[in-house]
Amino acid sequence: VTATATDTLREVEQFIFREARLADEHAYDDWEALWTDDAVYWVPFGSDDADPEMRMSVIYDNRSRIATRIKQFKTGKRHSATPPPRVRRVVSNIELLEDGEELRAGANFVVYESRERGITLWAGRAEYQLRRAPDDTLRMARKHVFLVNNDRSLDTLSFLI
Amino acid sequence: MSVIADLIERDRVHGSLYTDPEIFERELDQIWYRTWVYVGHVSEVPEPNDYVRKSIGPQPVIMTRDRQGQIHLLLNRCSHRANMVCDAEQGNSSAFRCPYHGWTFSNTGKLLGYPFNSGYGGTELKAELGLGRVPRVEEYKGFVFGSFAADGPSLSEHLGGATDAFDRLARLSPLDEVEVTAGWVKHRVKANWKMLLENETDGYHPQFVHASIFSVAQSGIGELYGDKSTAVSRDLGGGHTENDLRPEFRRLGQPLGWFGTTAEKLPEYVSAMEAAHGAEQAREILIDGSPHVMVFPNLFIAEIQLFVLQPLAVDQTVQHVTAVQLKGGREMNRRLLQQTIGSVGPAGLLLADDSEMYERNFRGAQALRPEWLVLKRGLHRERTDSDGFTVGDATDEVPQRAIWRRYEELMGS
Repeated sequence: VTATATDTLREVEQFIFREARLADEHAYDDWEALWTDDAVYWVPFGSDDADPEMRMSVIYDNRSRIATRIKQFKTGKRHSATPPPRVRRVVSNIELLEDGEELRAGANFVVYESRERGITLWAGRAEYQLRRAPDDTLRMARKHVFLVNNDRSLDTLSFLI
Repeated sequence: MSVIADLIERDRVHGSLYTDPEIFERELDQIWYRTWVYVGHVSEVPEPNDYVRKSIGPQPVIMTRDRQGQIHLLLNRCSHRANMVCDAEQGNSSAFRCPYHGWTFSNTGKLLGYPFNSGYGGTELKAELGLGRVPRVEEYKGFVFGSFAADGPSLSEHLGGATDAFDRLARLSPLDEVEVTAGWVKHRVKANWKMLLENETDGYHPQFVHASIFSVAQSGIGELYGDKSTAVSRDLGGGHTENDLRPEFRRLGQPLGWFGTTAEKLPEYVSAMEAAHGAEQAREILIDGSPHVMVFPNLFIAEIQLFVLQPLAVDQTVQHVTAVQLKGGREMNRRLLQQTIGSVGPAGLLLADDSEMYERNFRGAQALRPEWLVLKRGLHRERTDSDGFTVGDATDEVPQRAIWRRYEELMGS
């Protein structure tokens, strides 16, 4: 492993950790700013390779729907997120899958969510497609979230996963 | 044991109806294992020998299409020692083989064979030990219903005033046929199923529960459920209920306005509709839009979506949701799917907030005082429409009163 590859991995890890923290803390504007203009945020249902153009998903947001989702949270009247649940996640097993103009990375996560309903555990794998902005910092072009239980009934998901 | 009639009055219902586990058990017997319940759609098993796992409340059902094309509803339980015979969510097979002792059943439910059969002393078991089945299966416009009661009203008697909703929905397809091909998202809520049932045609809540998305998306939907709306709430009989938005859509007179778009944006679909129905009728259909009808007890035709309610326990319900797909409406179908994904399911811009309400309702109903839930809204302005149905204003509780009347009939007998 070259020094450059190690630097890139380190940078990608820091990006993923930051994304996780912003999501945990419902830092909606900062989280939204991580996305590119052609972003896709996808949480499939039923299987990890269901075609989102043909099959139902939990979330399949283009950039404009990400913005709508964020604006809705910020109205303070998104009842399922008012008050926002307490959320903390652990992200691990980060791998750099592809280096170059577009970077691809994968990670496993466990999220612990506490709200009036009780404690909900969410777990799965996230895959990221990242790209450099003009200022050389990373942006997210794709985030695909494969919940381990996405073939079974799911609780209301009212935070950024 | 509570007497149900004591818990239901014309303008209020007792909180224990939502929270008492013993009442829930009675509901399974008196409603879910008796009346017609929606199970699946023929387009989910398009080919001979296709099957898909379904449910009637907590009951595990396999919907199969046999070699001849006939639909069967079988219970997923081996007739030998009760093991599940089908694991896959869906597939294609003429037979199911129990993994426990290798008993094999055809997709019509017949026992085909059992290993080492000399162990039964020459007694032939095949005739008597088929899979359990839902005794009555009928379909309307491709929607398959099952009833655990061997005798009783036919499906067409059961659907009654709700029949027209299926016709109106199918009419939005240039080929007069709806398809269920997008798969179902399953959304679990910690609430009693009747809180979902009542909410589906509650015209009073949208402006409050969905204010966040209406304001952000600059949606006109909220107005349809306002004090000034000309839309009506309707009791279709048999516990079936409706929010009829057509008066508003007709007043606006904009084809596809109900879908938040215009005919110009969907030229291929509109011309297919004109070819199928003639220009004038196509225009009327596209102005009227899609029905918003709750078919008692578990199928909600939610305009561009279908919801299926599955009660699992007094405090646990799964809402299955999918997008309506229109046969011959390719251009429309993508939009129907994408709008549905945005709106419904666990993270839906609409349904996450409805589900939050169901759960809050359920937690609230545990509180002992005041014991009753109030259903008075619009009692003073109920009226009868030209078809003889009871209707009220858009935000009235006509549907909820209708649901409870049907509930009392079924639970009381």
